[in-house]
Amino acid sequence: MTLRLALEALMRNRVRSLLTMLGVIIGVAAVIITVAIGAGAASSIQQQINGLGSNMVIVLPGSVTQSGVRTGLGGSSTLTPGDGLAIAQSPYVAAVSPVVGMRVQAVSGGNNWQTTIAGVAPTYTFIRDWPIDQGTFFSQNDTASAAKVCVLGQTVVRNLFPDGSSPIGKVVMMRGVPFTVVGTLAARGQSGIGQDQDDTVVIPYTSAMQRVTGQTTYVNMIMVSASDAGRIQAVQGEIAQLLEQRHRIAPPNQDDFQVRNLADIANAASSSSAVMEALLASVAAVSLVVGGIGIMNIMLVSVTERTREIGLRRSVGARAVMILRQFLAESIVLSTLGGLFGVAAGLLGTQIVAHVAKWPTLVPLQWFFIAVGFSAAVGVFFGYYPALKASRLNPIDALRFE
Amino acid sequence: MPAIVDVRDLTKVYDTGVTQTIALAGVTLTIGQGDFVAVTGPSGSGKSTFMHIVGLLDEPSSGTYFFEGNDVSQLDDDERSDIRCRRLGFVFQSYNLLARTSALENVELPMIYAGVPEEQRRAIAMRELSELGIESVASHTPNQMSGGQQQRVAIARSLVNDPALILADEPTGALDTKSSSDIMQLFRDLNEKRGMTILLVTHEPEVAAYAKRVIAFRDGLVISDGARVAGVT
Repeated sequence: MTLRLALEALMRNRVRSLLTMLGVIIGVAAVIITVAIGAGAASSIQQQINGLGSNMVIVLPGSVTQSGVRTGLGGSSTLTPGDGLAIAQSPYVAAVSPVVGMRVQAVSGGNNWQTTIAGVAPTYTFIRDWPIDQGTFFSQNDTASAAKVCVLGQTVVRNLFPDGSSPIGKVVMMRGVPFTVVGTLAARGQSGIGQDQDDTVVIPYTSAMQRVTGQTTYVNMIMVSASDAGRIQAVQGEIAQLLEQRHRIAPPNQDDFQVRNLADIANAASSSSAVMEALLASVAAVSLVVGGIGIMNIMLVSVTERTREIGLRRSVGARAVMILRQFLAESIVLSTLGGLFGVAAGLLGTQIVAHVAKWPTLVPLQWFFIAVGFSAAVGVFFGYYPALKASRLNPIDALRFE
Repeated sequence: MPAIVDVRDLTKVYDTGVTQTIALAGVTLTIGQGDFVAVTGPSGSGKSTFMHIVGLLDEPSSGTYFFEGNDVSQLDDDERSDIRCRRLGFVFQSYNLLARTSALENVELPMIYAGVPEEQRRAIAMRELSELGIESVASHTPNQMSGGQQQRVAIARSLVNDPALILADEPTGALDTKSSSDIMQLFRDLNEKRGMTILLVTHEPEVAAYAKRVIAFRDGLVISDGARVAGVT
């Protein structure tokens, strides 16, 4: 009943009602659009992080003290392929690959290119979640026999085979050792820190150790994939314990390795998106407060303008609280309708942004309710004072008001 | 049966802080069931203040007021609102119809506050409009009606909750002579045929002449109270 009366009253002043709502409409639309862009960006960042590898844990050599000289992180050699095999036996570990890296000059025919070799296990494509483009990845047998086979990243393919011919079956010389190309990796683009991930040649880690680096004891890094995201922490602890045992490290000696996970990176990203959301929320609050002040302003004008109406309503028997309810309902209807129109306008704006600027957008459903709910709350907050003023008018003074 | 209105030693003093204005200096009178009373007097005589107090829109400074036998001086704002809603009907000089609202909806207004269900409201409002001969303007808004029609709508509005007393404040003040006598004839019919008790405030003797009883105010006091002056119609 009260709601219908409010709607009727607002319909009598259509243009003014619409203009009053405009503040809230624009505010809510702006919020929806910025949320859509922010959430779209956050989800594409999340996808990129996921692209680094599935549930990946990285084990790096730590710093060790030799004759009083402390080496830096990763500067020492403490991890062995045996460590990798031991880790593979741990629970919740889906895959393990040692990584041996080295910069080399790769030569094929008349072309040469300086790149980085990654000596790894066949599980590498799984851990990095990195599909094959052409050919195949090398096998367990290749690793066992330290086969002279390699898989090329797309940047290497482009530079060694600029004529676009298929590199499969071709021979690439590295440090004087001929490697046969068995496959190519799909293009991956830049990593989060701007490194070209495609500038790589992947070979069996045994081949790398025995045929390229000549250093057959230690590996540079061990990549581990946990069975699921929830187990990453557990796997990290497990690895630390295992390696302490294998390396015979007991307090107070420091670990000679480091265990890191991508969740740390993901956390950093999600904390930056939390900052983003707080920012958006404050934009929302400011714009809705401005819209609310507009509503309060118009409601105050409306109360003054309709003083005689209020006097009449009081004289035919309206209680003060009924007048309060009537004006409060009008401001709530104004702001809530403004919120609904704002959501519609925001969705439209989001579509335009998505099509014109080609930005990824995503409107989380809960923001509809947040936006409309907040608008309604603004209506209550800013409508209360004018409504109270209306309800406190003395009936006679109101009737006589010119 | 108690009188509809029973006031004793009613005073009203407006205190502006600097000066005191005495609007009512001690009024005692009763209005019985079926009365048609015209209160007259020059402006400033206190007649409007008297009507506002009787209509529970204003409170006296001192004195007692019994409405239908109940002391109303102790009632709170909500209780006074409820009496205005169910037991009193107001007719104003300027009609005070809601703009951009149909005659029918205007007539329904007091019933909304009385909590009458919608269909019933519509039926009562329609019946009252046809009783006053203006069912043809039911869907018209005030700016589509003549002054006389608007005042009839206002009178219909005052009647729908079946009040004990109609209070009319200069109801013909904004009307031409013809409409004015039509409206006054209507009040007389309401009084004679429906037994409606009416309290009318006017400064025009020819309007007051329609009433059964004329009370003259001056300087906040009743100076005469009796049957209508003969020879004027």
